[in-house]
Amino acid sequence: MSVIAFAKNWEGKFKKSTFELVSYAKDLASRLNTETLILSIGEVDESELGKLAQYGADKIISAEDSRLNILSSRIYAEVISQVVNKEGASFVILSDNNSGKAISPRLSVKLKAGLAAAVLAVPKSLDPFVIQKRVFSGKAFAYVQIDSEKKILTLSKNSFGIVENSVSLNIERFTPELADDIFKIKVNSIENADDKVILADADIVVSAGRGMKAADNWQPVEDLASVLGAATACSRPVSDDGWRGHEEHVGQTGKVIAPNLYFAIGISGAIQHVAGVNRSKCIVAINTDPEAPIFSVADYGVVGDAMIVLPKLTEIIRSGE
Amino acid sequence: MKILVCISNVPDTTTKVKFTDNNKQIDYAGVQWIINPWDELALTRAIELKEDSSNSFNEVCVINVGLSNCDATLRKALAIGADKAIRIDAEPLDAYFVAGQIADYLKNNPFDIVLSGIESSDYNGSSVGGMLSEFMDCPAISSMTKLDVENENIIIHRAIPGGKQILELKPPFVGIVQKGITNEPRIPAMRGIMMARKKPLDVVPAIELESLSHIVEFELPVAKVSCKMIDVDQLEELVDLLKSEAKVL
Repeated sequence: MSVIAFAKNWEGKFKKSTFELVSYAKDLASRLNTETLILSIGEVDESELGKLAQYGADKIISAEDSRLNILSSRIYAEVISQVVNKEGASFVILSDNNSGKAISPRLSVKLKAGLAAAVLAVPKSLDPFVIQKRVFSGKAFAYVQIDSEKKILTLSKNSFGIVENSVSLNIERFTPELADDIFKIKVNSIENADDKVILADADIVVSAGRGMKAADNWQPVEDLASVLGAATACSRPVSDDGWRGHEEHVGQTGKVIAPNLYFAIGISGAIQHVAGVNRSKCIVAINTDPEAPIFSVADYGVVGDAMIVLPKLTEIIRSGE
Repeated sequence: MKILVCISNVPDTTTKVKFTDNNKQIDYAGVQWIINPWDELALTRAIELKEDSSNSFNEVCVINVGLSNCDATLRKALAIGADKAIRIDAEPLDAYFVAGQIADYLKNNPFDIVLSGIESSDYNGSSVGGMLSEFMDCPAISSMTKLDVENENIIIHRAIPGGKQILELKPPFVGIVQKGITNEPRIPAMRGIMMARKKPLDVVPAIELESLSHIVEFELPVAKVSCKMIDVDQLEELVDLLKSEAKVL
């Protein structure tokens, strides 16, 4: 009956989104009058695992095996399903990030458990189990009913929040049984970009569009992002034209993000762009065109030329620190 | 070697979403249907590989689970350059149902590489590719941004936050395609459209399979009340509001 959440680590550390996931799992378990079990896979030291108890992990299950240090969706799905079966869990919750997206469908087939991806809230009802998720990349929401006995959810970032709920620490080790022949993918190398803020994790995102007029004009955007500790992003035409990399594209066919603060600079606000960013807590639009549709979805707007506005704004923030 | 590309038939991305039947159904009146954008990128890359004679890829097929309204989209895939289309004749109930149907087809019709887009632009399930790999019991590459052949080895890039992994893998596997796999989707040329009419579009019956979930109701996001405009010469005010009113700085 219990709820299991998969707490992914990044080189042995958890992120804020992990603590949000644990908080959400605790809330769901309370509604169901059951236990919150948190599964960590790969090597994580005890003090880091202990952090999970601050958000309500009744039991922390740590599956450690040196072969598990590189994430493979196939192997991780196998480990999670072994733990689910051992514990008799009825819910598995993962973060809606790259790894959650990769693992959850495999797990769904393994456990024959219905999957609701990118859920946005606590369930609307428990029996039948109905929950809200985004569809059309945020242009609409759907209420999905999961009909199977076991259920899998992936949680959208910033949809529940982090809730402190300290419980006593209880760590259990688990050794999965893994056949050698599932380790098939050969990783030749891993390249990490410089120390840029990762878009998916960022609390603040500074995003710019074709209004910047040329790829060479990005310095003021980078400067504002740097003073705010923000990630940079862009609209589709900008990545299509190669002014910025595809990994920066936010919108319906790019990344869907939900930071606390989103700057839309020189972005007109086409429906496909807005779909990808409208869950941001606060949107600031800067555009030369006072009629630009982006102002109808923004909280604050400035009509002006980004090349003049951005350096001024950057200076005000820098001097205020 | 053969590549199969899974195709989802979705409303054009400029579509304004509306509902009917008490918010229980999407109102598809007047909607233009397209190949799901990520599936289109996957198809384009598959055709590029087929056209490159230095490797052994020689056939590209597309597959869809849907009713006859999907045929126009499949014809477009044929016009872009796929050799054959397969439509499994059933309402696509949920991702589990769709992946299970395709997996069943693959049992008797094996392919070396199966590609699918990282998500569909309508239901955002991000599931069919991953589910398919589990049904097939083979590896899957999530967020694949490069698929290439070097010295007969298949070289793959997988996007990870802030970087990429460079991988080597032997077929069969499922590639779940992210932007970057090719420069831009291919547009059908007139010759391709003419040829597409003669290419096979096989309609095969669906197998008995349950779905695990269904949509009960839809809802639109609440519109923002209004945008507070700040004078371009009063940017200090913007910073103050972000700190004290919005509390995001």
